[in-house]
Amino acid sequence: MNLILYSATALLLMLSFLKDKEKTKNALKKAWKAFENILPQFLVVILLVSLLLSVLDRETIVKIIGKESGLTGIVLAAVVGSITLIPGFIAFPTAALLLEGGAGYMQIGVFISTLMMVGVATLPVEIQYFGKRLARYRNTLAFIFSFIVAYVIGKVLEVVL
Amino acid sequence: MTAMVKRYSSFLLVLVMLGGISLFNQELGKGVFDITIMQLKEMLLVIPPIFVLLGLLDVWVPKQTMVKFMGKGSGLKGILLSLLIGSAAAGPLYGAFPVAAVFMKKGVTFPNILIFIGAWSTTKIPMILFEFSALGAPFALTRLLIDIPGIIIIAFLLQKLMGRDEIEAIYEKARAQ
Repeated sequence: MNLILYSATALLLMLSFLKDKEKTKNALKKAWKAFENILPQFLVVILLVSLLLSVLDRETIVKIIGKESGLTGIVLAAVVGSITLIPGFIAFPTAALLLEGGAGYMQIGVFISTLMMVGVATLPVEIQYFGKRLARYRNTLAFIFSFIVAYVIGKVLEVVL
Repeated sequence: MTAMVKRYSSFLLVLVMLGGISLFNQELGKGVFDITIMQLKEMLLVIPPIFVLLGLLDVWVPKQTMVKFMGKGSGLKGILLSLLIGSAAAGPLYGAFPVAAVFMKKGVTFPNILIFIGAWSTTKIPMILFEFSALGAPFALTRLLIDIPGIIIIAFLLQKLMGRDEIEAIYEKARAQ
């Protein structure tokens, strides 16, 4: 995936350069400006996520939502999922482990959904671009929506499996 | 210099806080350090091309073109394009916001911006492939089928919740950057 991204970027950059050197220079300048602009928030988010991932390692997550069933487990899964945006390569193996540990599909569903859509730790970046109100609304709606996702996944998988 | 320190003050504050924690709990400190390095690597790997692409987009694609495809009156085409571009993305969600800012500058509608962000967060193709193998097709497919309409509904709901002036202020900020 990264290879595709890099090849596409390199190709476009080359085409741009061949067509107009000045514009290309301008594009790179804008790219750098946009990056430098948000770098302080990026760094804060990276540190916060690192702290959260160290505290909430796989064993801890399994302990919190693995054995529990029912509503408490679902709510805890939603809270753990909302705190941070865990990258997919950690989230999915953890979720698979949770399933093995006896967690239900609804817990896993709400966990995965909040992980992806709700990000308390990434709020500094979101607020920088979208402002406080929109960031708050978006995360709240995504949090509520995650319960709907969990409910449907739970019901569908009950029938399918 | 002082402006620089001010901009990075939150970062420095968190850094000092983590340093303090590490003094009391070295194991935790080491864990945080390792994961930070891992995340910085991920950032350095994925983020540069995203920003170069958004620079190229900013310079080369005229506003009228973007408006035609994803702006006012783009309708279903705009919604589908926003979903598609968001799903094809790579990298963590925080990379989506700067791209969204350039989209705003180019006149992409507010719901389409939010659909793009939603797709980036939940229907990214590389991640879904991973999900299929880790949690099985029924789980991944059900989630996908409910997430796509969900993203679109949330986008329009957010537009209703935010006032016209507030949305305009967010666009104004994006244009200034």
